[in-house]
Formats: sequence, structure tokens, C-alpha cells
Amino acid sequence: MLNNMLSRDLPRSKLLAAILLIIIVGLLATPFVFPGARSLNVGAKIAVFIVLAASYDLMLGYTGIVSFAHTMFFGIGAYGIGIASTQMGPTWTAVAAGTLAALILSTVLALGISLFSLRVRAIFFAMITLAVAAAFMTMASQFSDWTGGEDGLNFKVPELISPAFSLSDEKFLGANLDGKLIAYYMVVLISGGLFLLMLRIVNSPFGRVLMAIRDNDFRSEAIGYRNVTYRSLSSVLAAVFATLAGVLYALWLRYNGPGTTLSFDIMIDVLLIVVIGGMGTLYGAVVGSTLFNIAQGYLQDLLKLAQGNIDSLPVIGALFHPDRWLFWLGLLFVLSVYFFPFGIVGKLRAGALAKTRRSA
Amino acid sequence: MSMSAAIAPAKVEDLPAAPRDWLPILLVPILILLALPLVGSFPTWATLTIAGLAMGLIIFLVASGLTLVFGLMDVMNFGHGIFVALGAFVGVTTISMLGGWTASSSFALNLAAIGCAGLAAAVVAGTVGIAFERVMVRPVYGLHLKQILVTMGGMIVAEQVILALWGPEARPMMRPASLQGSFIFGDVAIEKFRLLAVCLGLAIFAAMFLLLNRTKLGLLIRAGVQDREMVEALGYRVRFLFIGVFAAGSALAGLGGTMFGLYQELVTTAIGAQMMVLIFIVIIIGGLGSVGGCFVGALLVGLASNYIGFVAPKVNLFSSILLMVLILLWRPQGLFPVAKR
Repeated sequence: MLNNMLSRDLPRSKLLAAILLIIIVGLLATPFVFPGARSLNVGAKIAVFIVLAASYDLMLGYTGIVSFAHTMFFGIGAYGIGIASTQMGPTWTAVAAGTLAALILSTVLALGISLFSLRVRAIFFAMITLAVAAAFMTMASQFSDWTGGEDGLNFKVPELISPAFSLSDEKFLGANLDGKLIAYYMVVLISGGLFLLMLRIVNSPFGRVLMAIRDNDFRSEAIGYRNVTYRSLSSVLAAVFATLAGVLYALWLRYNGPGTTLSFDIMIDVLLIVVIGGMGTLYGAVVGSTLFNIAQGYLQDLLKLAQGNIDSLPVIGALFHPDRWLFWLGLLFVLSVYFFPFGIVGKLRAGALAKTRRSA
Repeated sequence: MSMSAAIAPAKVEDLPAAPRDWLPILLVPILILLALPLVGSFPTWATLTIAGLAMGLIIFLVASGLTLVFGLMDVMNFGHGIFVALGAFVGVTTISMLGGWTASSSFALNLAAIGCAGLAAAVVAGTVGIAFERVMVRPVYGLHLKQILVTMGGMIVAEQVILALWGPEARPMMRPASLQGSFIFGDVAIEKFRLLAVCLGLAIFAAMFLLLNRTKLGLLIRAGVQDREMVEALGYRVRFLFIGVFAAGSALAGLGGTMFGLYQELVTTAIGAQMMVLIFIVIIIGGLGSVGGCFVGALLVGLASNYIGFVAPKVNLFSSILLMVLILLWRPQGLFPVAKR
């Protein structure tokens, strides 16, 4: 059954399987083991970013095209919920309407961009997505009547998943049984479902064609697959999953603004997650997103510690400033593109493979 | 008899002149004229046109290097914006060090201050460009995906270094005393600095045009863009040419950064990423690898964003994208498609 659920794409490394198991159990147990708002937030963010990063990997790792507009779709999903909830009130109808509208907009935009740019040359795609995403972001802050501009939108969600809702007054294992808990499990479980669906997609015949295009586009075209069609479909699918991730994130935060979902910083975060976790392996998104979100919370503390010791050196000291943590992640990013093109997951799998070969 | 006549080599005068493609160049005056009824008043239109030309020429300074680098070695440098930011910050520092020159009302001293700032920016950006080529770009030749990722990563790292060196605050960038304010011709007010930017941009474009079309070096560069392997087969090392072009492109981007900082009178680290968007649109419009196309594209984008920014500020950035979409629908490979690519 597990084999079917994972679409016969098993971790293929004992260490990786153990890490994934720890992450899954950790996410499910967070509300009871580490009660508190901060750890719940980190857990939900990890779950959402797993979907976001995995959907990006669908394009980057499996199809070999680079998009810089992925957070645009993430933002469309989040704004869909935000705008629908402020205009129609906190009902499930509003959630459904917002999600549907966001999905339609994302599909149309992704299809338009892909057909327009992938038709000519794949490198156009990277450049054009960068431009479109920048334009979209300025537009989102311009139309402030709808989007709340730079301040963003605070909105209410349906009662069942709002913090005011309460299942019982008593605590269970130290956690409040309230709407926040239900929302947390909704986010984590739906994220898990979406992840398994993506795993199914990349291991289908369709996914194989994507990988063929990635490895040798000339040859796949010669065999008879239309590269443009497959590449466009891949980018539309990625956009759809990113939109759903945005929907989940907005429902969890009950807030959305340009800085939380649309900004280019998030795009860079996703790039870092996918590359460091491992391109072309969806499990990389799980490992990368967990690592990244924990690091985001705690690397800064570590840097603060380090800065205390070398504050006297002029430039080096400035680089250890807690605000410069992106410098270290960027360095890690460049190094991993050079030396570990398949990231942590690729490294673990290669290690496991070498071990079985030695023993065989 | 007739045989030998046919074999005799054709004289240079006998060859038909290479056909010139004037249509894309005409787009610039057409756009300028079309904007007149759209904007409505003549003085505003004149001001906007000069502003658009100035902005377009600054964009051209930055974009020309990038398009040549792509043409020569098929390398798309997503970190090009970092040279713009670097140039802008070096420019700010130089100009603030030359406080005496910029404060004086002598035009020559003011110009010298800007010249020094531009030169310093170009030298620093060019040097960093060589290092960037060596460390970031060289290991990933021929791998498009990795190029995009690595140069993007390089941009993240370099941006953080700039933040560490200059601090996170936005720096105001004062224009020198005699370049503040405007010339007034009747109703038309034209900012002095914009006029200077137009002159400088045109001068550099002319120099580049002469270098590319009238020297052997330029011939080799143009030939390399058309067909790298053939130039290599003839015994020239396109790699060395490429390093030179990369350094020159970075230096020009640094100069463009200083000019753009003065144009906006404000310098932030976001200046690089902000400009990158426009640069990409410009070189796609022009046709990847084409300097002439880049020039026309830069003017179009500069003008369109100033006109639309006045008429409908909310959709400003989309105007450039709309322009790109229209042009690609007309010519899918850009205004001046480079052969083979």
C-alpha cells in the first residue's frame, strides 16, 4: 500500500527514509509535542512550502525550465482567498469561490506565458517570467482598494478553522482543542495529499516525457513528443499547485500581503529550498523546506552568537550580522549547484547506491 | 571567352549592398509622434520625450553588454544587475568624496566629478566582472539551467556583500550644482541632467557603433556572434574576446548604474533587480545578441514607460511588457534577429 501511495518512487536510502519519517511524525505531532504559536506557525509554513517547492521542482527539476514567476501564482492563490473573504464574508462559499477564481486566473496566465515564450526559446521563459512577476507585484500594490496595497489584507476565515472556535474547554496533551488546531491539521493533511498527487504525476508516463525533455529535448522532439505542449502543461500544473499552496497559506495566516506571498525574496527562498534539497527529486522539497524554515528561525540566532566574537573585524564582521543570513544561504546555493547538483537527497541516494554496490 | 568572364572575381563595388532593415528604427519616431495626442500638451510631451530618451540611453548602456555576452558565448547572466548596483554605490561614494567639486558652480568641475564617479564605477564593476566571469560563469559553460541558477545565486551573494559594505539604507545621490534644475525654452522645461545623460548615451553608442563596425576587433566580435565556431576555426580565440566583452559590459553596466542613480537621485540595493526587469525586456525586444536591436528596444522602453507613466501610472510596468508582446507577435525573434540563434 505504501508503495502505491508513493507511486513506486521510494526514498531509496535508509537515511533519507528515516529523515522523511521524522519530518512527517514531527509535523503531525507538533501541536502536542511543542505547543505554542511559534512552533505551529513553523510547522504550517513547512507544510505549505513543501507543496510550493515541490510544484516548483516539477518545472525546474523535472522539466528543466526556470521560472521566476512561481510566487506570482502562490500570491494569486493567497489573494484569491483574501479578496473573496473580505468581499463575501468568512464562509466556505467564499473560500471555494476564491480558490476557483484563483485557479482559473493562474491557469490562464501560466498558459499564456508558456505558449508565448516557450514557443520561441526556453531561455525566454526565464526572462519573461521575471518581467511579468515584477509587473504583477507592482500592480498588486497599486490596486489597493482590492488588495490592501503594501499593508495587505487581514480577513476572517470560516468559523470551523478560526481560533475562536472551540471543540472543548479542556486541554488535550497540553494543546488547546480549538479552530487553530483544526486549521493546522487541515493545512498539513491537504499539503500531504497534494504532495502525493505530484509524486503520482512525475512517476506517470507524462512525467517520464518531462524528464526526457529535460535530458535531451532534441531527441524527445524527434521521437514525436511536442516539447512545447509538454513544457507548457508542466508549467500550468506547477502554477495550479502553487496556487493551492497559496490558498492554504492564506487560510492559515488569515492575512496576505505582497511581502508574504508575492515578493521576489520568497522566490529566492523557493529556489534555495529546491536546489539545496535536491532538484529532480520531490523528496528534496520536503527535506529542503524543513531545513530552510527551521534555519530561517534559528540560523539568525546562531549568527548573532557568532557576531559577538568577531564583531571587531570590519567587513567579515558585517557579513556575520544576523540580517546577512541570506549571504550564507546564497553561498550554499551556488556551491550546491556546482558540487551537489542533486542536493541533499541526491547525495543520500548516491551514498546508498554505492553501499549496495559494495556489498553486492 | 564568356567562361573566363564568369569566373573573374566580382569587384567589391559590384556586390549589392547589404539590405538595411529600417522598419524597426522607424518605430522610435512613430512612438514619439503617437504619444503627442495621447499626452495632450506639447510642453509635457517634450519633457517626457527627453526623459524617456535619457532613461532609454541609460538602459542601453547597461543592456548592451549583456546582449553581446549572450550573442558571443550563449551565456545569459542573470546577475548582470549586480554591476548596476555596484556602479551606483561606487558612484555615490566617489561623488560624496568629491564634495568640493560638486558643490562649486563651475560646470567643468561638476562634469569632472561625474566623470570621476562614472570612471570609478566602470573600473570597479569591470574588475568585479572579470572575477565574476572566472568564478561564476566559466564552470557552467553550455549549461543553460545551471547558468541561470549560478548567476542568480551570485547576484544574491553579491547583493548581500554590497549591503554589508554600504549598509542597508537608501543613499540620496545629489546631482552636482550646475546640473540641478532645468533649461526653460518657452513653455518647455528640460532637466539639465537628462540632457547630459542623452549626450553621454549617444556618445557611447556612437563609440560602440564605430568600434563594432569599423575596427578589426569589432569585426571579430560581430563574426563571433554570428558563428562562433567558424571564427575559432580561423584561429581566433573567441574565449579571450568574450572575457573582454564581459568586462566591458560590466564596466558599462557600472557606468549605467551611476547614471541611473543620478537620474533617480536615490540609490538602493534593489536598483539592480529593478533594472534587470527592464533590461531583459529590452534585449528580448531587440533580438538576443543584437546591439542595434538593443539600442532601439531601450529607446522604445524608455519612452513608453515615461509616456504611460504619465498617462496611466498604475499600469506602468505592464506597458513595457505589452510593448514586448506586440513586438514579439510581429517578429518572434525580436526586432533584429541574429542569424543561427
